Amino acid sequence: MVVVVALVSVVVGSVLFHLLSPWWWPPIASNWGYIDATLIITFWITGIVFATVVLFMAYCVWRFRHRPGRTAEFDPENRRLETGLTVVTALGVAAMLAPGLIVWKHFVTVPDDAATVEVFAQQWSWSFRMPGADGRLGTADLRLLDSGNPLGLNPYDRFAQDDVIVEAADLHLPVGRPVKMVLRSVDVLHDFYVPEFRAKMDLVPGMVTYFWFTPTRTGEFEILCAELCGIGHAVMRGYVQIQEEADFQAWLQGQQTFAQLRESSSAGP
Amino acid sequence: MVEVTDRPDTQVPPAEVPDVHPPHAHSWLSRWVFSQDAKYIAIQYSGTAIAIGLVALVLSWLMRLQLGFPDLVSFSPEAYYQFITMHGMIMVVYLLTAIFLGGFGNYLIPLMVGARDMVFPFVNMLSYWIYLLAVLVLVASFFVPGGPTGAGWTLYPPQAILSGTPGGRDAGIILMLLSLILFIIGFTMGGLNYAVTVLQGRTRGMTLMRMPLTIWGIFTATVMALLAFPALFVACVMLLFDRLLGTSFFMPTLVEMGQRLEYGGGSPIVFQHLFWFFGHPEVYIVALPAFGIVSDLISVHARKNIFGYRMMVWAIIGIGALSFVVWAHHMYVSGMHPYFGFFFATTTLIIAVPTAIKVYNWILTLWRGDIHLTLPMLFSIAFIVTFVNGGLTGLFLGNVVVDVPLSDTMFVVAHFHMVMGLAPLMVIFGAIYHWYPKITGRMLNHRMGLIHFWVTFVGAYAIFFPMHYIGLAGVPRRYSELGDTPYLTASVAGLNAFITIAALVVGAVQIMFLFNLLWSARHGQRAGGNPWRAASLEWQTPDTPPRHGNWSDELPVVYRWAYDYSVPGAPEDFIAQNDPWPARPVQP
Amino acid sequence: MSIVLAFVVPVIAVAFWWLIRQGVMSKPWLETGLPEAVPVRSAEHVGLGIFLAVVGCLFALFGSAFVMRMDVGTWSSLRLPPIVWANTAQLVLASLFLHLAFVSAKRGDRAGPRRDMTIAALATVGFLLGQLLAWRELTMEGGGLTTSPAASFFYLLSGLHALHILGGLAALGLVMSRGGADGGRLRLGIGLCVAYWDFLLVVWLGLLVLFLGWANRFVEICRGVLT
Repeated sequence: MVVVVALVSVVVGSVLFHLLSPWWWPPIASNWGYIDATLIITFWITGIVFATVVLFMAYCVWRFRHRPGRTAEFDPENRRLETGLTVVTALGVAAMLAPGLIVWKHFVTVPDDAATVEVFAQQWSWSFRMPGADGRLGTADLRLLDSGNPLGLNPYDRFAQDDVIVEAADLHLPVGRPVKMVLRSVDVLHDFYVPEFRAKMDLVPGMVTYFWFTPTRTGEFEILCAELCGIGHAVMRGYVQIQEEADFQAWLQGQQTFAQLRESSSAGP
Repeated sequence: MVEVTDRPDTQVPPAEVPDVHPPHAHSWLSRWVFSQDAKYIAIQYSGTAIAIGLVALVLSWLMRLQLGFPDLVSFSPEAYYQFITMHGMIMVVYLLTAIFLGGFGNYLIPLMVGARDMVFPFVNMLSYWIYLLAVLVLVASFFVPGGPTGAGWTLYPPQAILSGTPGGRDAGIILMLLSLILFIIGFTMGGLNYAVTVLQGRTRGMTLMRMPLTIWGIFTATVMALLAFPALFVACVMLLFDRLLGTSFFMPTLVEMGQRLEYGGGSPIVFQHLFWFFGHPEVYIVALPAFGIVSDLISVHARKNIFGYRMMVWAIIGIGALSFVVWAHHMYVSGMHPYFGFFFATTTLIIAVPTAIKVYNWILTLWRGDIHLTLPMLFSIAFIVTFVNGGLTGLFLGNVVVDVPLSDTMFVVAHFHMVMGLAPLMVIFGAIYHWYPKITGRMLNHRMGLIHFWVTFVGAYAIFFPMHYIGLAGVPRRYSELGDTPYLTASVAGLNAFITIAALVVGAVQIMFLFNLLWSARHGQRAGGNPWRAASLEWQTPDTPPRHGNWSDELPVVYRWAYDYSVPGAPEDFIAQNDPWPARPVQP
Repeated sequence: MSIVLAFVVPVIAVAFWWLIRQGVMSKPWLETGLPEAVPVRSAEHVGLGIFLAVVGCLFALFGSAFVMRMDVGTWSSLRLPPIVWANTAQLVLASLFLHLAFVSAKRGDRAGPRRDMTIAALATVGFLLGQLLAWRELTMEGGGLTTSPAASFFYLLSGLHALHILGGLAALGLVMSRGGADGGRLRLGIGLCVAYWDFLLVVWLGLLVLFLGWANRFVEICRGVLT
């Protein structure tokens, strides 16, 4: 009997924990409310299945527990019941998969008006690059990387000259404008993860990955690395400042371009 | 109702398998150390797996202490990453895979299909010794300069072989890869045995569809492992080349700490594809034997035939086959082509259907059964709870877009511990309580068993259920310290401390379980040959524990499937597989 | 991963076909009694079959890695030393003589199998030595292990293939040393060797296709058809 009580309390306890506990996702700050919606649908469907299955099992254990004289029924199979359960399960799975795939389609289709921002990761810090007035990022190659050229940009590429370089500092983005994050890593795998944005993606050395989102509220958000990248993994943090357009432009004006950076470094020592 | 073919038994069909007598031990050494008896090899395998598993348990304590009480306990990040890596690798490969296939496979296959031993006993013995060597190499990595690798159990390059990762430029990663290569070679030897014994070693009358589901589960898992482990082998060999010989299979052009390395042109993603082509089937390599065993436990202890046996067999085979086309669901945010997401999310969620059918059939077996709440039954119930819970969270992570916020968070950690940590462990415990009387002739102590069950079930649920919510709140996995993280409520630290305490308690009670294993071998209550009144063949041996060669002069003859429980009209509530009732026995 | 799927999916299909023939659709609870006996193959044959499936899977996975690696970054096919063609011929020869040995063993001949097996073993040793020469030649021409990804794959794959051949040679040696005493055992042993050599020949030809860059063109054609 203790087992029945335990099973029922597992269900009740889990549901209460889900409803009452203070641990839940941080408030969203991007356009990916769809992801939250799909997650909620999944929570409902799986929650109902979990409760039903465990409570039904508790009932069976209580109702058919061994008592003297009891005999089990000989019951090899029941085609109709099994087919019915299969169909219901398939429907439930489809109800989760369909919205998931639709949202994924959305997730992988970058809108044409998205601004491009490059995230540049190395052990264990984040740097960023934004296109200048020409609206294009210049080419880059790790073989060109040195102390005067921390992101390895191509000095002979005219598109690279006006690229704004933010080295190991906060990233600023304007609110309400879609942005395509282009991801590049210099050494090992990293993963750009801001919990409030919901989106994340690995940075892979040797290739360029991407994802997109639209910030929907201003504020300061923490960037974490979500792919084990060595001993400094847990301290590989950064910040994104989401600002109103005017504040953002003011910040942007204060940043160094690639050309300025090269001038100052060649003039320095 | 059963229809019983009433055939004249005058004509005896020829034996399907020629009766071979296993090689006899000639000396003390070949009897007790280099034994070729599958039952003895099973115990060697299990003992080694449990011993190395204890190391992994202690490692999990250490890392939980760091997470739960960061103010009191502070390991360096190097040490922390070494703990998680070795914990994960040991538990998945060296404990779970080894104990299900090497342990239960070796013990149960010959007994349950009515064979005298495995078909290639010498190769079987070799399999164990190579496994032991693999374990020793793994243990050695704790004692080399730089310590074991801390690359995470996935061993992703390029970081796995670079200096930013513990053991990356030292011997740690090399020993890890060598140990895995050895394990795979050893496993392949054992796996050939398990598969061929099921195919060729079955006794007269033991058709495929009369095999207990335990055998179906172990057999399918073995075949899967034989096809999946080569992927890990390939990945390990190529990574070893990259590390030792300077090739660039997986290594792109990269600049490490301002220093450009010699590597260039390789792709880390190729490693991930290879790793998960092994890694995903691996989940089912552990799960399918558990599915099979738990089906038998439920059936025996509910005194009822397993409901929908055919569907159960098809589901095992279907899950096994499907699991080869879902691997990239571990790579949704790896930077692979985003359109793969559509395909792999669909295949992954399709697997949920046969898996759900299995769950329904377990519970429908309880329906109108005669449920004896023995320890194996208790653990089976606990398995269903944890497996359903963990399986359902798999639907979150398999559904590509829901995986994006959750991947690489503690939600994933909670999910796979629930589904491939706890659930298979519950089955292992249940199975040990179930078959211990056959192995030793004595029952395990019931009172200690009850304490073990309740603490493990309730405690483990309390560890991993709340952990999902830590992940949902945005705590990434593999963080040695959370530090000051503004988006988290301060109470997460409190929850972490609670989980740590639960983990310490649950771990401690496993020590009591091991004590019970040793104590009951001497002092346990005598069990007799068939204490659970089970129908399958291993309970019908002439001796308990079964002697070398398992059977008396004649191999058993099988007349029926393994699930004739509570058959109407039968004299008892079970009919053994080798019982010809109601016909006359065959005269050999 | 297309190559390994092209390998695994047929294996699974064969397994399904075999399972259906074994009666996995039957209802065991209705079928009490002793079923008819089915003829058995030797456990050794089945064991070797499964082992070859594992080895096949291993090389298919290497093939997959090869093709995936070909798609990233720079890639140029290797100029194979011409001696590999002579090596290939020796491996074909070895396979042929094992077949001859099997035929004469079936006839009950005593001396024939021994002679043919010796020739096959020598041809195989010739293959291995030739492979070593090919390695030397390639290295001398500046094609060392780390010089290009194609070269890395060549050394790794031909090396692993040679290791498998070495294992086969050990088994062949065992068959030869035990042979003669029991005709049935001898036939079984030679039969297993024949299957193993044929299989490793096929693997080697597959590897040659990869090294020569034909796979490259084949993959491109497939892509063209698909898109």
